[in-house]
Amino acid sequence: MGTHTFTLNGERVTVDVEDDVRLLWVIRDMLGVTGPKYGCGINVCKACTSHINGKAFNPCSVPVGAISDDDEVTTIEGLADGDKLHPMQEAWLDRDVAQCGYCQPGQIMAAVAKVRQCQEEGRDLDDDAIEEIRNICRCGTYNRIREAIKAGAENM
Amino acid sequence: MAHHRLASPPAEDGLRKPVGRRRFLGYLIAAPTLVVAAELTRNQIFGAPEASAAALPSVPQTPEAYDLLDALRDAMRPTANLIRIEVGRDGTVSFALPRSDNGQGIVTSTQMIIAEEMDLDVDQVRVTLADARPELLFNQITGGSSTTFTTYTPIRVAAALARGRLLEAGAQLLAQDVRTVTSRKGLVLGAGGRSIPFGELAEKAASDTTRQVEVTLKAREKFSVIGKPHNKTDARDIVTGRKVFATDLQIPDALPTVICRAPDLNGTPDDVDNLDDVRSMPGVTDVEVVSTGVAVRARTFGQAIDAVNALQVSWNRGTVAGEDDESILRRVRAAELPMAVPAGVGRTIDRAFTFWTASNSSLETNCALADVRSDRAEIWGPMKNPIAAQGDIAKIVDLPISKVTVHVTQGGGSFGRKLFYDAALEAAECSKVFGKPVKLMWTRADDSRQGRVHPMSTSRVRAQVGADAVLSYEQRHTSVATQINPGLGEPVTAAAVKAPLGNLTLSESIFELTQVTPYEFGVSTRLLNEVDMRFNTSAMRNIYSPNVATARELMVDELAAAMGKDPYEFRREFLRGARLRGVLDAVAKEGRWGRSMKKGTAQGLGVHTEYKAATAALVEIDCRPETVDRPIREGVTGPRVTRVTFAVDVGLVVNPRGLEAQMMGGISDAIALILTSSLHLTDGHFVEASWDNYFYTRQWNTPPELNVVIVESDAPEPGGAGELGLSAACGAIANAYVRATGIVPEYFPINHKDPFPFEPKPTVPPIPESPTDGLDFTY
Repeated sequence: MGTHTFTLNGERVTVDVEDDVRLLWVIRDMLGVTGPKYGCGINVCKACTSHINGKAFNPCSVPVGAISDDDEVTTIEGLADGDKLHPMQEAWLDRDVAQCGYCQPGQIMAAVAKVRQCQEEGRDLDDDAIEEIRNICRCGTYNRIREAIKAGAENM
Repeated sequence: MAHHRLASPPAEDGLRKPVGRRRFLGYLIAAPTLVVAAELTRNQIFGAPEASAAALPSVPQTPEAYDLLDALRDAMRPTANLIRIEVGRDGTVSFALPRSDNGQGIVTSTQMIIAEEMDLDVDQVRVTLADARPELLFNQITGGSSTTFTTYTPIRVAAALARGRLLEAGAQLLAQDVRTVTSRKGLVLGAGGRSIPFGELAEKAASDTTRQVEVTLKAREKFSVIGKPHNKTDARDIVTGRKVFATDLQIPDALPTVICRAPDLNGTPDDVDNLDDVRSMPGVTDVEVVSTGVAVRARTFGQAIDAVNALQVSWNRGTVAGEDDESILRRVRAAELPMAVPAGVGRTIDRAFTFWTASNSSLETNCALADVRSDRAEIWGPMKNPIAAQGDIAKIVDLPISKVTVHVTQGGGSFGRKLFYDAALEAAECSKVFGKPVKLMWTRADDSRQGRVHPMSTSRVRAQVGADAVLSYEQRHTSVATQINPGLGEPVTAAAVKAPLGNLTLSESIFELTQVTPYEFGVSTRLLNEVDMRFNTSAMRNIYSPNVATARELMVDELAAAMGKDPYEFRREFLRGARLRGVLDAVAKEGRWGRSMKKGTAQGLGVHTEYKAATAALVEIDCRPETVDRPIREGVTGPRVTRVTFAVDVGLVVNPRGLEAQMMGGISDAIALILTSSLHLTDGHFVEASWDNYFYTRQWNTPPELNVVIVESDAPEPGGAGELGLSAACGAIANAYVRATGIVPEYFPINHKDPFPFEPKPTVPPIPESPTDGLDFTY
């Protein structure tokens, strides 16, 4: 058992739990933040995609002991600026992307990170870049996801 | 991506129906505020099957006159109870939909239907999912793409009655003639600019007796909501992470619970060596043997999974111990029924196809919460069949049905699987054994290896070809049995299905009610045989149609070639009915059928009719080596579907944007089923344990161009959409592949016998360990 402190969606949080418990379960089961979803637990489906210090990552595959005091973790709940949605969330609404919605928090967090990555690397956000996103949508909303990423990127 | 072109609604006389067709009986319910109701039955009449003028007309086949949707509706008719709309003192208009939404968008379309009749904005209508209501008997099942078809008119009747009562109450309060008042956005509007909110009329409009009232529905030409694209009303909750799925529920003390399962499919626990050791692991609160394995309850799911993997269990063999793909296929082939026309009589063409087992796992794994006490039980879960679940749970926990409350949560995908409630039964058992509430979830490996599957099948087709006609067409579909249990959704047919031969009878009924060969192919027969009841099966956007249609559409291309005709021209000549020719023409035009294609790429066509609808797909595929062999880490690339044009005539469209979404989902499934996704049975278990083994469609398989065309329809009612996109797309992709490569596959998906592009995960311990290197892959 160890004490772990980090920043989650802008708030300092502290939990007492074994170091090897994966961060996804700390976030969901202990802190009650349920936007990141379980879909495989082995960093394949990407339904839990969130951000650590602004970069996309999958908390199902990170032990809480690997998180530092100064790490800032952002889940889908922390993406908007208060009531003002992130441009990618707006694009998701505009294109009516979601069906069941289970994978969509992860899809949006992945999309935001991919756009930022392309911007930083000076790459075009083209189909090849979008096809690097591995998140699974079992409802098959991929075409609308592609449209929304391109539209959301315009406003980022 | 998609565009649609909706015609203005046809005039009433164009629908061949009298004015009286819009008049129905609704109910005023005695209550303090306005409560209206309608029977969840309908009596609209569809036109008779169209007569055919072709040379060798096939006799009308069952689905053309009476299909599964009618059967589901009629199953509801004799026993149906009432669905209710309530208007509250705060002006809310609310309705508890006795169906399950797993992303189909039926909450949104139901809000639209009520908004239309009551002149409200869509977001002024509150629609929730009803708890199990045993008095509804047959009437609370979500399946067969039947929701909109079965609920459209009853909901309109109730909503129209509510509006009428509010107008009357408003007119009285304003001391104006009811014929001069109108309503808009939750206000009754009178002459002189006066208005009264619905909420202030909720008590005045209420009735102190329950009685039947005649209701007139809004005329279709006055629709302003139905038929207009509307975004899903839960979209904001979804994109902000606020939408609550079952495992997101915070029920006091309902701690994470995971079951340690056998290496064999449906293996059962015999003995556990180290129960006490595992009970003392970090976070673990309870460990007990249950009927399907060894259940662990812990503070977090991660700790429950670690404990499951630490258990040392000896197992009884499973239901297909020692079997593999080939041994099961031999059993299926041995059960194939003979053709009526002998081979070699005249010119016959024979084709046989195998469809391997597919996983219908949704992204949300099987899950449920249960709080079972000595005198009552409460269950939460995404259930499409809650009445049957309630009955079975009552037996498990030894309580009367009236003491079991079943809450239907929003589901994270279903595609047919959530007609069954395996997790709810397990959650109830675990909660009873532990004496504590549980939040039970299947892991992905469990969901993939032990969860329900779309069963292996073969489809054999024989056609007899004359000079310029097809003389006979026979299809024999043979399948590992699909469990249709629990019947039509309640204890009566659920029990019938469990009787000897019961499932076979119901399966054949459903096959006969859903399958049609929509071509003028002379003597046409379709037969189903099912074998081997030892798999966990269920529909996946339909039971038989995607496979039956793939075999049929491949054969249609063969027949066209045999008669020297173009696949489009051949279909146009032999298709039955204007609606099918309409969608075929739409894809040929929009998709530019016959355009020049590079070597290794090709177009393909498929059509399908079901759910009171007609569909056609025109697909372009790229089978060139540089495309097929694109390197993707832990994924399958294969041939790329580059462009899909899909046309749908589904009758009256409630929400075109939702309909397009359902077609898109069906097309994604079709790509998976034809090209990339299957389960492999080996030594009594399925190999695939996660999405890096089971290759459902990903971004890199998605067609860069997709165009869904909603064609004009004069059909007066909505058909079904949830499963509708799959079958025509399957046929079109298969045909495009054949035309691009010159190879007619013997099985689907085409990659089933390729070497595994992965190292199979162990079956003991049952759950792959979560990696610890996630921070090495940030971007």
